[in-house]
Amino acid sequence: MNHIISVLVENKSGVLAKISGLFSRRGFNIESLAVGTTDDEKISRVTLEVNAEKHSIEQIIKQLYKLINVIKIQELNPLNIVERELVLIKVSADSKTRPEILEIVSVFRANIVDVAKKTLMIEITGNSRKVKALEDLLRPFGILELVRTGKIACTRGSKN
Amino acid sequence: MSKITGAQMIVKCLKEEGVDVVFGYPGGKVIPLYDALFDSDIRHILVRHEQGAAHAADGYARVTGKTGVCIATSGPGGTNLVTGIANAHMDSIPMVAITGQVSTAQIGTDAFQEADITGIAAPITKHNYLVKTIEDLPRIIKEAFRVASTGRPGPVLIDIPVDITTELIDENFKVDINLPGYKPTLKGNLKQVKQAVKIIAESKKPIIFAGGGIISSGASDILRKFVKAAKIPVITSLLGMGSFPETDQLSLKMAGMHGTKYANLAFTETDLIIAVGVRFDDRVTGKLSEFAPEADVVHIDIDPAEIGKNIKVLVPIVGDAKIVLTDLLSEYEKYTKKKGIPDRKEWLSRIKKLKEDYPLKYDRKSSKVKPAYVVEKIYELTKGDAIICTEVGQNQMWAAQFYKFTKPRTLVSSGGLGTMGFGLPASIGAKIGRSDKTVIDISGDGSIQMVSQELSTAVTNKVAVKIMLLNNGYLGMVRQWQEFFWNKRYSQTCIYNCVDFVKLVEAYGGVGLRVKKKDEVEDAIKKALEINNLVLVDFWIDREENVYPMVAPNSSISEMLESV
Repeated sequence: MNHIISVLVENKSGVLAKISGLFSRRGFNIESLAVGTTDDEKISRVTLEVNAEKHSIEQIIKQLYKLINVIKIQELNPLNIVERELVLIKVSADSKTRPEILEIVSVFRANIVDVAKKTLMIEITGNSRKVKALEDLLRPFGILELVRTGKIACTRGSKN
Repeated sequence: MSKITGAQMIVKCLKEEGVDVVFGYPGGKVIPLYDALFDSDIRHILVRHEQGAAHAADGYARVTGKTGVCIATSGPGGTNLVTGIANAHMDSIPMVAITGQVSTAQIGTDAFQEADITGIAAPITKHNYLVKTIEDLPRIIKEAFRVASTGRPGPVLIDIPVDITTELIDENFKVDINLPGYKPTLKGNLKQVKQAVKIIAESKKPIIFAGGGIISSGASDILRKFVKAAKIPVITSLLGMGSFPETDQLSLKMAGMHGTKYANLAFTETDLIIAVGVRFDDRVTGKLSEFAPEADVVHIDIDPAEIGKNIKVLVPIVGDAKIVLTDLLSEYEKYTKKKGIPDRKEWLSRIKKLKEDYPLKYDRKSSKVKPAYVVEKIYELTKGDAIICTEVGQNQMWAAQFYKFTKPRTLVSSGGLGTMGFGLPASIGAKIGRSDKTVIDISGDGSIQMVSQELSTAVTNKVAVKIMLLNNGYLGMVRQWQEFFWNKRYSQTCIYNCVDFVKLVEAYGGVGLRVKKKDEVEDAIKKALEINNLVLVDFWIDREENVYPMVAPNSSISEMLESV
């Protein structure tokens, strides 16, 4: 099962290496990773998506807490979060296929961010399901490149 | 305001932390630091290999409870410390390792003697630092000692580029420590403590399982009081030995692969394990699914990650062993005053019978020099009052089995990592930490050859360690496994007659004695204890003596192989 873990850390060099090293040492694969500073520039948030059993996740959270630079860890409840990733997709497009692609893009409320003679670049943000649906629809036109950020997530409602 | 160099600042900070001895080895990138040490009254013990420095700092920390400090240069200096740091990490020993590094401008250029030691050491340290500016230096040193010595102790590495040690800084420059993510829980949750008390009082067959956490938190006295009040038998882990007197009738000594059979059977029969400062290592539990099948577990540990890691726990209590046991005792007394003292007669007589039925044994009538006999004689002649260091392997298990440990911080042994070559340098550190004590290294001929250059460290620093070498000409523990499980195919485990240990120790300026007969054992030990110098007694023991009892790997601890 996939779990999303949100980790607040001191914004110092080497901290990300310590976190990712911990995962590999204990035999976990990180499915997705996003890092950036919070409203306090001394603190960064690391959002990780990990596939593991419940018991293993509890253990990995306890091990993460042992890292001195880790301040707070939350395992996010998937039912109570807004989850987003951003994907750039470069797809083959000529004068015949372009209108159809534009129509799909508009249905998904995605954006065209680059137009060239034979390609279009599409930017989409959303949860994994939405991104996957667009990807599947664009595939027949020929996806030339696809770049995605790590997943970020924020719990709904008041600050916890 | 007067300025001092970074190196002088390091020395100043070490003194502020109460450091009076460091173990180390100089090199290019720590020359400025060694120059500052030259003017300081901090005692520096020059080892012969950096691994020895880390082990000596470790041994020093284990017997004193203070943080051990070791120093090495960049590159190979740091990498040579690695085994010693990993050893301290596995056994939760407070240590600060200081390594030199190439200058800040050279970092990342594959400069001469450059190694990414903070990267290398990340998985084997509690925390580590690369100092990037001189203004960070005093804070980092303070934080390093704080982190190493509090919570679950462990090693912290500080990597210091050489240019920072020659830069100047205001002598009184100070920055407070800043560890927003580090807040060890010391006091256990009182609700959980009360729940534990209820379960303990209701248990018919409880066992206390005491580990290294009791020793590092200084909880031996309160443990004894609790045991006295609650009348619960005590099993220790290897690192917990000495936390409870093994001369007490409630002591079951050590459990596990080479533990006593009565401890292993008690684990198998108990209905409640009160585990304090232990981590249920595989060497203790054997096959996990068959370990303590009847038992609920109350687990007290300062490290929440240890609770529930290997064993299902009914009542978890995160906290410092001493503080939690103090609360546990006072709550237990309150509870039993109200509800009466539980009757444990049946269980205690069962324990007594197990101890009578399955004592540790060896062939006492044999005319050969039996290692167990040597260890028993060491116990007798030191009146159980020595600090015993061990190497790793058969020597370590015989020491654990046949010496009776009665006080905390008297056994210095590499538990988690199982580091051959630990004992000699650790005993040097131990003797420097407790010069008032007789310090003995119960050693093996395989282990000691990994670090025999440290004989020189002992002699030149006048450290009168007594090495009791149980010499069987084999890498004995591996040979034992080959005998039992690999059809006696002794692949690469015979090292018979490869060195004359008496001449070796004499070459370094120590005293060598040799014992080939049983009736020479006692006199040799007596003589060794009298000589005020490094002494090595080379006991030619029964070569194929095995460590019994033994649990075969991945078997239940209730099934033990025994000598015939």
